[in-house]
Amino acid sequence: MIAINKVCVIGAGVMGAGIAAQAANAGVDVVLLDVVADAARSAIEKMKKTTPAPFMHTKTAKRITPGTTQDDLQLLSDCDWIIEAIIEKPEIKQQLYRTIGPYLKADAVVSSNTSTLPLKTLTQGMDDDLRRRFLITHFFNPPRYMRLLEIVSSPETDKTRIDLVSDFADKAMGKSIVAAKDTPGFIANRIGTFWLHAAVTEAIRLGIGVEEADAVLGRPAGVPKTGVFGLLDLVGLDLMPHVLGSLEKSLAAEDPFHKLGPAPALLAKMIADGYIGRKGKGGFYRLNSTGGDKTKEVIDLITGSYDNARRPQPAALKASKKQGLRGLLDHDSPVGRYARSVLVKTLSYAASLIPEIADTPDAVDRALRLGYNWKTGPFELIDQIGPAWLAKALTDAGEPVPALLSAVGDKKFYRTEGGLLQNFTGSEYEPVRRSPGVLLLTDIKRRSQPIARNMSTCLWDIGDGVACLEFTSKMNALNPLIFFMIDRAVRDLPKWGFKALVLHNEADNFSVGANIALLLYGAKLRLWPFVRWVLKQGQTSFQGLRFAPFPVIGAPSGMALGGGCEILLHCDAVVAHGETYMGLVEAGVGIVPGWGGCKELLGRWSQNKSRPGGPMPPVMKTFETIAMAQVSKSAPEARDLLFLRPEDDIVMNRDRVLAAAKARALAMAPDYSPQQPFELRLPGPTGRTALELGIRDFINKGVASPHDGVVARQLAKVLSGGNTDALDLVGEDQILELERDAVLFLAHTSKTLARVEHTLKTGKPLRN
Amino acid sequence: MKPIVIARYLRSPFTPAYNGDLARVRPDEIAAQVVRQLVAGCQIDANTVEDLIVGCAFPEGEQGFNVARLIGFLADLPLQVAGVTVNRFCGSSMQAIHMAAGAMQLDAGEAYICAGVESMSRVPMTGFNPMPHPGLYERYPQSYMSMGETAENVAEAYGIAREQQDAFAADSQRKAVDAQTSGRLTEEIAIIETAAGPVRVDGCIRPESTVETLGTLKPAFKDTGTVTAGTSSPLTDGAAAVLVTTEDYAMKNGIEPLARIKSIAVAGCKPEIMGIGPVGSSKKALQRAGITVDDLDVIELNEAFSSQSLASIRDLGLDAGKINRDGGAIAIGHPLGATGARITGKAAQILKRQGGRYALATQCIGGGQGIATVLEAL
Repeated sequence: MIAINKVCVIGAGVMGAGIAAQAANAGVDVVLLDVVADAARSAIEKMKKTTPAPFMHTKTAKRITPGTTQDDLQLLSDCDWIIEAIIEKPEIKQQLYRTIGPYLKADAVVSSNTSTLPLKTLTQGMDDDLRRRFLITHFFNPPRYMRLLEIVSSPETDKTRIDLVSDFADKAMGKSIVAAKDTPGFIANRIGTFWLHAAVTEAIRLGIGVEEADAVLGRPAGVPKTGVFGLLDLVGLDLMPHVLGSLEKSLAAEDPFHKLGPAPALLAKMIADGYIGRKGKGGFYRLNSTGGDKTKEVIDLITGSYDNARRPQPAALKASKKQGLRGLLDHDSPVGRYARSVLVKTLSYAASLIPEIADTPDAVDRALRLGYNWKTGPFELIDQIGPAWLAKALTDAGEPVPALLSAVGDKKFYRTEGGLLQNFTGSEYEPVRRSPGVLLLTDIKRRSQPIARNMSTCLWDIGDGVACLEFTSKMNALNPLIFFMIDRAVRDLPKWGFKALVLHNEADNFSVGANIALLLYGAKLRLWPFVRWVLKQGQTSFQGLRFAPFPVIGAPSGMALGGGCEILLHCDAVVAHGETYMGLVEAGVGIVPGWGGCKELLGRWSQNKSRPGGPMPPVMKTFETIAMAQVSKSAPEARDLLFLRPEDDIVMNRDRVLAAAKARALAMAPDYSPQQPFELRLPGPTGRTALELGIRDFINKGVASPHDGVVARQLAKVLSGGNTDALDLVGEDQILELERDAVLFLAHTSKTLARVEHTLKTGKPLRN
Repeated sequence: MKPIVIARYLRSPFTPAYNGDLARVRPDEIAAQVVRQLVAGCQIDANTVEDLIVGCAFPEGEQGFNVARLIGFLADLPLQVAGVTVNRFCGSSMQAIHMAAGAMQLDAGEAYICAGVESMSRVPMTGFNPMPHPGLYERYPQSYMSMGETAENVAEAYGIAREQQDAFAADSQRKAVDAQTSGRLTEEIAIIETAAGPVRVDGCIRPESTVETLGTLKPAFKDTGTVTAGTSSPLTDGAAAVLVTTEDYAMKNGIEPLARIKSIAVAGCKPEIMGIGPVGSSKKALQRAGITVDDLDVIELNEAFSSQSLASIRDLGLDAGKINRDGGAIAIGHPLGATGARITGKAAQILKRQGGRYALATQCIGGGQGIATVLEAL
């Protein structure tokens, strides 16, 4: 079996460059070619400054060699996969395939990132050999962050090539592969565009304001939380005419898409005026900064003029909170009718497209979730409101009921049978298939009961003697209930026959940190023994994980901040999703890490061989990381900050994190010996004074506020080892005690409490 | 007193820390190449050199151990030439010259190589392990005060406005650009061989700097302050060396010296306004030379910051037209340990180049000191 060791992307536009960056993130060398001289090089330079960053690490950009299609086609000679991402014109694409043909490796795969052209058009006139190696790989923007990859092949395509590309895209690039049929717009864009278009045209037809529309389609339906107009602003209004035009041309005359009518005139006017969304002057929403203050304004869909945003709370929204999505759709009000119209149209459209565009509801749902950020896919939404309800709604409106919807009848599209998830594909239920090697906690939960649980956490048996601790609290915030479960796991897992523990959950974020409301509560009521106890208990539980008689593997994805980062620092190994954002951000809420985070990071910098020698560098490095609340923007960046060790694993596909963590746990379990506590030689008061010099300069510069200084001084005291002498060794317990003292000291200050309160209220840090 | 002379002066290109051409070259290596070329250029018998005295402000890491001795080995000086490293922060290599001059008065040899070096890329200012005395800091915090803060203090205490500072910096850049483009800097620069090829020219000078562009910079050390990155000397990598000998020795060896050392001085001042250090030290040196500022034809005043330069100029009553004719440290750069040798060598060079009788080289020093040397034309 050949492997993909080198990738070429042709076309250095936003998509092509982004795909090249993600291929580089996958760890292979990449060639990026464009027809315009210097376009590839400048695309790479531009991406270095783009937010969110296309590159997972600043060094990754070096993996890409830029060039042109005129001068550098010889660079294709050792590329295993060539991805074409040039202009959507069939004749130009076909010409390119003919041009590059002679330069290709005999077994190279070629794919197009087209979003509008069918495979059969692209392969017209192509020689048989290349046709067998040709497919469509449709990425979503931005390619690093959107997890969907639609793959379109034909019966002629060599199966081993499809597998090769799928395997690489899945494991190395972290994409979730959905096999799509060769139909216009494939899956996600076919339904997603219909939905966007329906939402805009129906809002205008029914006289619904932008904000009302987003309020009801956003959070209640979860498609996605920005709502439709917010999403259009984000992706750019200027894309819409192209996508709509292409579907208009290519879809059959009887397709319900045509009934939605042409793109509204307002859209063309907005684009002409430069209101193309956030990348332009604004879109349906804009920020008006005349007069100094920034005010959010929203467009009137009828008049085209802007007015102040009002954040409406229509009554239908309350109904949805009380009675779920159906409460919203049944609500007898203009916005209720609007939501009903848009969703009934969109969901029935989706139901009508199986098996035309995909074979299973799961494929469609995954495509919309991962390609359009819908919280739940269309069939999952239909299950929420009831397929029968939807069928009736269509009948009531005089609309035809799609065959699949009729066939499912009173039942639902998804069911659990024998602990396995199944979906209804037309005449029967079939298992929802996971890629080989994927292990999902969701699936485990479907087929088993937890070993133990409380309000904030669950302990699961994930097989082969490995247990998994799942946080279930709000935003996975850490609290004493979680500590109790950790203590219980450490004590009882060996007794119950387990040989390893994995910390993992499938929420968006591994954990956003401690439940700081407890700190606020304790401080406000002056329950200092309670505050001290919470600190001590967290430290004891995390130390328990560290010295447990079995390996403990952290398996995070998304944010692992504050306490969420601290618990991972105590693990024997971490298997992190590539998109893991780690940081000790406690200073933002006016405290220092108090559950062993200072101690662990200091220990890591002390043992780090790449830093300069002497007692101060580890203290200064740790101080800098914590005082500035540095957060890694990827797992590779977390390695630079020592939140991850060199021997920790990074897994690109989120769905593979748990399996990899379990494998790591099983590899470590035989002959496991727990970590040994460390002792450090710390500088003591002299080190604190050295850090004080820096703190003073930062305050002078106005970079740090006086209270930042108060927090930083406490941090300096902890990290320099309190009153130790440079000749003495400081044990872990001493550092932990310093951490507790520092947090307690800070919890006595009104400015820290103001920070905590503000963050709890707004989710943002307060600089006071 | 026997006459002591600055016989020769040479330096490396001065390049910006971190991204300059010398950032990836070890400081001991830079200094050794300068010393080697200095000796070769004088065509002296190196066995006659008594000592290699090297100034360095943060003598640790790659400029640690006794770096002077190691530079001697690297430069293939004869083993009998000794080596000593001295630290008076920014005044280190001028101190090296003073030590050589003093020793020769005691008949301790006839020739000294007085050098200075600093890689501010490779050894951070404050060093890798700053460990201040906590009790002293509590009682007298200014003993460890950052240089930027002292520059702000001087600006405030002496009423040096932002516009004056910007104008001074722009002038320094203009003079340096003029010196560079007209080739006046070429003869003093030793080409440094590096893995990436030879480095021949100064890298800190900013021809694009104007009063207008400088005016747009934000304060660098204090949010309400007046001192910016543009009115501060840049973090710099480089080395400089002078051959200091008795006048007799120079004559015997066929060297035409640049200038004679007339007097020297050091003096302490308040650490929080260390930038005013040139005032006390220069007054002493001038008095010892038996002259006044009016007798000076050439002045090299180290530009740590515009603010302290302007305050010192005003307090001493110096003639601005005589100062730093080839540009100062704000433009050229300030590799801490190397600057003293550069400005003493430079003062001697200009005195010889354009005539006149007396020159003054002086600088401020962190911790609150000044150092000064008065030179006399031969």
